Amino acid sequence: MIPKGYLMRDPTAETAAVQRERLTPPADLSGATIGLLSISKERSAEFLDYVEERLTGRGLNVLRFEKPTHTKPAPESVLQEIIERCDVVVEGLAD
Amino acid sequence: MEYLVIVKRDCETCQMVAPVLADLQNVSTLTLYSQDDTTFPEATGGALDDTSLEESWRHNVEIVPTLIRIENGRETTRTEGWDRADWVRVTGINALGENLPVFRPGCGSKSVEPGMPERLALKFGNMHFESRAIEVDEMDDPAEVAYDRGWTDGLPVIPATDLRIARMLAGTTRKPDEIIGDIPPNLIPCTVEKAAINAVMAGCRPEYFPVVLAAVDAVLKPEFSMHGLLATLWFSGPVIIVNGPVAKRIGMNSQGNALGQGNRANATIGRALQLIIRNVGGGRPQEIDRSILGNPGKYTFCFAEDESDPDWVPLNLARGHAAGTSTVTLFHGDGVQGVADQKSRDPESLARSLALALWSVCHPKLAQWSHAILVLSPDHYAIFREGGWGRAEIEAGIWQALKRPGHEIVEGAGGVEEGIDPARADEMIDKFHPGGLLVVRAGGVGGLFSAIIGGWTAHRRNEDVQIVSQEIGT
Repeated sequence: MIPKGYLMRDPTAETAAVQRERLTPPADLSGATIGLLSISKERSAEFLDYVEERLTGRGLNVLRFEKPTHTKPAPESVLQEIIERCDVVVEGLAD
Repeated sequence: MEYLVIVKRDCETCQMVAPVLADLQNVSTLTLYSQDDTTFPEATGGALDDTSLEESWRHNVEIVPTLIRIENGRETTRTEGWDRADWVRVTGINALGENLPVFRPGCGSKSVEPGMPERLALKFGNMHFESRAIEVDEMDDPAEVAYDRGWTDGLPVIPATDLRIARMLAGTTRKPDEIIGDIPPNLIPCTVEKAAINAVMAGCRPEYFPVVLAAVDAVLKPEFSMHGLLATLWFSGPVIIVNGPVAKRIGMNSQGNALGQGNRANATIGRALQLIIRNVGGGRPQEIDRSILGNPGKYTFCFAEDESDPDWVPLNLARGHAAGTSTVTLFHGDGVQGVADQKSRDPESLARSLALALWSVCHPKLAQWSHAILVLSPDHYAIFREGGWGRAEIEAGIWQALKRPGHEIVEGAGGVEEGIDPARADEMIDKFHPGGLLVVRAGGVGGLFSAIIGGWTAHRRNEDVQIVSQEIGT
């Protein structure tokens, strides 16, 4: 049955994003493994080297990761490895 | 014997066969429908009402009169128009219409007038759409509802009613439920139906729809990197160059103002692609679209190459497609930069001149950072042509003229810190990666100007980000 008024079709994916709860940040970083993900843009590594130096200087455990290219999303394998091995991740750098 | 006949008063052949229908009524069971006037034919005492065209649609009538023989409730044979021998064959009555001409063609059925088959299929058939129906209150304006829901690029859209969607879908042979691919950034599967809805909203005519679908197919190739193009800080958006017979068939502009406004096909095909990315993929400015400034071409950027000179090798042929095929070529492009050269009279000077201007792409001291399109106007092209240069010579000539000593453009040279790696000071530097300069012909006469469309800075990773071409299907 056609309702009164005017009907038009939805051009969107009809998948309004479900609101996701943010993870609670850790109270402190002691004992945490921190992942540093380079997006492979120029000078990403340089920036993350500095971050790593600061973190390891505080006695924290740091692991490094890299996307193959900043022009595409990170491959699932990279994301899963970070999830598996890290408690916290820092991603950078876009210029 | 039982017959079904469909006529309309507004058809001289129907009027001519009226006495025949009266004769048929006397000797058989005749079900007679009129598409426009139930008092017609007077000779039969009028006809049943098919002004809704339901019976005409159900019986696939294309011509009136149509005579259908029905046996045991099923059609066994039919004839269209007036062909006495054929009416005799269908009815088995030899004395039918003996005083009429042997043959007279019928008229078009009202059920096949433009747009009518889709209207009738929606009303009487089982055509339905999967996409959510949004009801607009009688007091509301559909265009405003589309704005409120965030469905537009800032300009008004045509509301996607079922009839408009059905007509759009009639422009392609692809099935409405076919999944074209996953649209970035949210990687949402997009059906042909969803694409049709967005094409309607963009203002496309149904005959443009295969070009829109080809453009979507093209940007979804992984090597095009549509996700990155959407998300980039840079100015670029997808630029569509159309080649082949389709451009003329659907009335695209490759002449004066080809890169500008005013042509429906140019304007709406590019816009449809952007609306699909926005609405289906969820790619919106200041969200995943991180462009710091954007460019007006992100509303729409689509034009056809001028293929009127038989000596010119069109872009799609140069890219390996067969002659006579229609294609889209998708480029990651910025706005338009004009180049004036009104003094060069030989190809060598003009090539050097255009090369000078091309060095400004991205930055005059950066090389192999972004590709570019050079849109050669007819008047500039004429200088090359008169000098005996075709596509190959033009490309090679400009490429050669683009070489520059590294020391001129290294970091710090000329008092500018930006520049190429100082380690390359002693090299001769190419401005572009191989294949990174597309030469395309378009435009009107009267100006010794051409245009540069700069490319995306991610072109510096030329394995990751590639220009793509795609044949346009049906």
